[in-house]
Amino acid sequence: MKQTFAVAIGGAAGQGVATPGDIFAKIFSRRGLSLNAYNAYQSIIRGGHTLLTIRTGPEPVTNMGDRIDLLIPLNQDTMDRHLKLLKSGAACIFNADTIKPGEAAEGVQLCPLPVSGLADITRNKVAQNTLAMGAGLNMMGIGFAALEEALHEQFKKKGEAVVAENVGVARAGYDYAAAHFTAFPNPLSKTEKRYAVLSGNIAMAMGGAAAGVKFYCAYPMSPSTGVLHWMAAHARKAGIMVRQVEDEIGVINMAIGAAHAGVRSMCATSGGGFALMSEGLGMSAMIETPVVVIDCQRAGPSTGVPTKTEQGDLWQMLGAAFGDYPRVIAAPLDIADCFKLIPEMFNIVDRFQCPGLVLCDLLLSEGRLGVEESALDFNPVIDRGEIILPLDDHGDNGNGTGAAMGMNGGYKRYKFTESGISPRAVPGVPGHVHTVATDEHMEDGVLISDEFTNPVKRRAMMEKRMRKVAGIEAAVPPPTLWGPRDADVTLIGWGSTKGVIEEACEMLNDEGITANQLQIRWLVPLHGEAILELLKGARHTIIVENNYSGQFARYLRSETSFVPDGNIRKYDGEPFMPHHIVEAVKEQLAGKTHLSVPMHEIMV
Amino acid sequence: MATSVQRASQLTMADLKGRVDPDWCPGCGDFGVLAAIQKALVELQILNHNVVAISGIGCSSNLPGFINTYGMHTLHGRALAVATGLKLANHELTVLVTGGDGDGFGIGGNHFVHTMRRNVDLLYVVMDNQIYGLTTGQTSPTSRVGMKTKSMPFGNIEAPVNPISLALAAGATFVARGFSGDQKHLTELLKQGIEHKGFSFLDVFSPCVTYNHDNTYQWYRPRVKKLEDDSAYDASDWTMAMEKSLLWGDEIPIGKFFERTDVPSLHAAEPVLNEGPLVRLDPRVPADAARSFIEELM
Repeated sequence: MKQTFAVAIGGAAGQGVATPGDIFAKIFSRRGLSLNAYNAYQSIIRGGHTLLTIRTGPEPVTNMGDRIDLLIPLNQDTMDRHLKLLKSGAACIFNADTIKPGEAAEGVQLCPLPVSGLADITRNKVAQNTLAMGAGLNMMGIGFAALEEALHEQFKKKGEAVVAENVGVARAGYDYAAAHFTAFPNPLSKTEKRYAVLSGNIAMAMGGAAAGVKFYCAYPMSPSTGVLHWMAAHARKAGIMVRQVEDEIGVINMAIGAAHAGVRSMCATSGGGFALMSEGLGMSAMIETPVVVIDCQRAGPSTGVPTKTEQGDLWQMLGAAFGDYPRVIAAPLDIADCFKLIPEMFNIVDRFQCPGLVLCDLLLSEGRLGVEESALDFNPVIDRGEIILPLDDHGDNGNGTGAAMGMNGGYKRYKFTESGISPRAVPGVPGHVHTVATDEHMEDGVLISDEFTNPVKRRAMMEKRMRKVAGIEAAVPPPTLWGPRDADVTLIGWGSTKGVIEEACEMLNDEGITANQLQIRWLVPLHGEAILELLKGARHTIIVENNYSGQFARYLRSETSFVPDGNIRKYDGEPFMPHHIVEAVKEQLAGKTHLSVPMHEIMV
Repeated sequence: MATSVQRASQLTMADLKGRVDPDWCPGCGDFGVLAAIQKALVELQILNHNVVAISGIGCSSNLPGFINTYGMHTLHGRALAVATGLKLANHELTVLVTGGDGDGFGIGGNHFVHTMRRNVDLLYVVMDNQIYGLTTGQTSPTSRVGMKTKSMPFGNIEAPVNPISLALAAGATFVARGFSGDQKHLTELLKQGIEHKGFSFLDVFSPCVTYNHDNTYQWYRPRVKKLEDDSAYDASDWTMAMEKSLLWGDEIPIGKFFERTDVPSLHAAEPVLNEGPLVRLDPRVPADAARSFIEELM
């Protein structure tokens, strides 16, 4: 069993849950601890309920876990909702002036803070938060200096007086806990590792910058907006043009326009915006101008639950835009992978001149993870494929003037090749003048959709484009099986569920049920035969996914005819917790059911 | 409009001849617009590899296939969005967007408004025939009230959009109207629109001889009056332009309604482009910038 510690801070939106969360995260990561943060929130700016869970530990922490060790309720509502979740050994720090504790389980330590006695609450509206942070860190066995440093960084822009006041309040909480509360038995450990703490959205934005993205545009849509925010804030330093566009139809078309001029171009949205982009994806495929689109899935359909997670857009993505065309779809496995995947995706779509789709979700987009610096590589391989850029000075190269420039030297944008890839000259390159079209066209770009329709030529051009699929398959690695080859149960997941399934496997192994994991990252191409080979000897297979209908299970069956022994699904808007999977596996192995839908116990 | 166009004396009409001849109906107004665009490019001597003609879908949107410049024949209504991205990625290119009234004012209406307020440096030429042609004759956003079409066989009951007033209201920095039946005048407007540094809107009466029997060459000829012929008209006066834009009937003004040159175009306002067009930038993030991006997360 992993040694981890989880602190949960809850309150109304606007009550200041984020600041103590950021400070805890900073302190944990600076101790060389891994951490994962998940914020359960609502589509409301002020009020409502939000619960931020930060789980930390010396070994990699990949998900929110099953247990809250320290609960800090900032209002009565949070106390009422969550105190009952605490188990023996846990503690709850609260403002004794305003919050009444309810019935706690045995062994749960209630830690009332006399807030008005410890701080001047007329001056400091968030004194209770700062006191609780101080008290909590004392109980975790962390020296005060770490908090002092973090508070200094947090408030230095507001001046020394504000810093001093907050440090004083924190100190009062820290000392009060030392005198009145019992510390947790195991102080939080320390390692020599260095972590950067970031969300999946920031990771994808940074991954884009590392990949050489020069154009990013978006329409704000939760939970993808964080990509836009990072891009906008860092655009000038990174040399990226960032635009906010009138709608997602404009977004995809603008992104393709920029890509067509020869730069790497990216955009992000959620399911609703992605729906609006679908016609544009067909254009990217038809004119063979590569673009990368990120879909941060949220609970649908329609407006759905904008602040909640789901893996419900797979079939939308598989079917986006009409007609057959080569596309690439990948789902990042964790927040570090959100960074790593983007340069990989760009290399593939640049080589194969087609749209690349990244299927992320709220869990990764807005969750936060401590990532080792080495995972944020700003010098990845950049392979632009067969592109001809206007890098020379205009008109210098001899074929740019006079009658010759009209003749194009025989250049054919859609030249038939064995690979299906045709060298792509972009506007501004002398001697390669051509028109691209969303209508079907011939090698030289001339339309065969109206006056010159021709079934032979249409077939040849379809086959040219679709020949790229074989190349894409060869460029994308097949998945591998993690864990013991011969296991009692094989759990199959895709994308963001990697961490939680991994931990469930560890827990099952601890309980004597051997488990292994097949986690799918590249959805298209899928490598169906390789998957069948991996699953051939599996004793009991279960597909785990965050949606109602088993979108991946249906896709896997359609591609391979494979049907698992069981399914674990969740579609309540909240992510899986490890015990959900463990308990479901046990009931399925006991033959009680083939479909488990775990109930989410935390009311958020 | 173009910032660093290469001038050469050799560009001729022959250089701009497309790979295939237009397949528009004989007598279509779009022939005149194509010819005027070619003339304007020759007169301005902008090399064809530095020009991108971008269109949506419709009869007039086939134009990029009929002219030997770089071209993009995109999706219905989306040409302006595509053109904005392209211009921002390489602002050294001269960007011409062409299309019809349905493409621009109907399905593309949203992008039309926003591209104008952004003052993207391009020339948008709408071949306005007040009808949907390629779909064989339905009411368009500029069809007059009462006009009978296949989609409104008992007559249109919806008020048409006024493209000139709309463009003025949305902040276009160059607004003009031409007539396909007056080549010389149209060519002059096209040249001005190309040279204008910012968004240039040129609405062109381009009669559909097959499906619109109301707004014919014969209908337009006696009505169109050139603003240039009115010595009292001041195209720098927005209010005067707005008033003129409302005229419709026995007298329909054509020519340059409005131009202002004091607003920077979108690419000129963006400091990221100070180092040159995006397409020429090093794709790598500078090492010190990359370092700072990571440091702020620690």
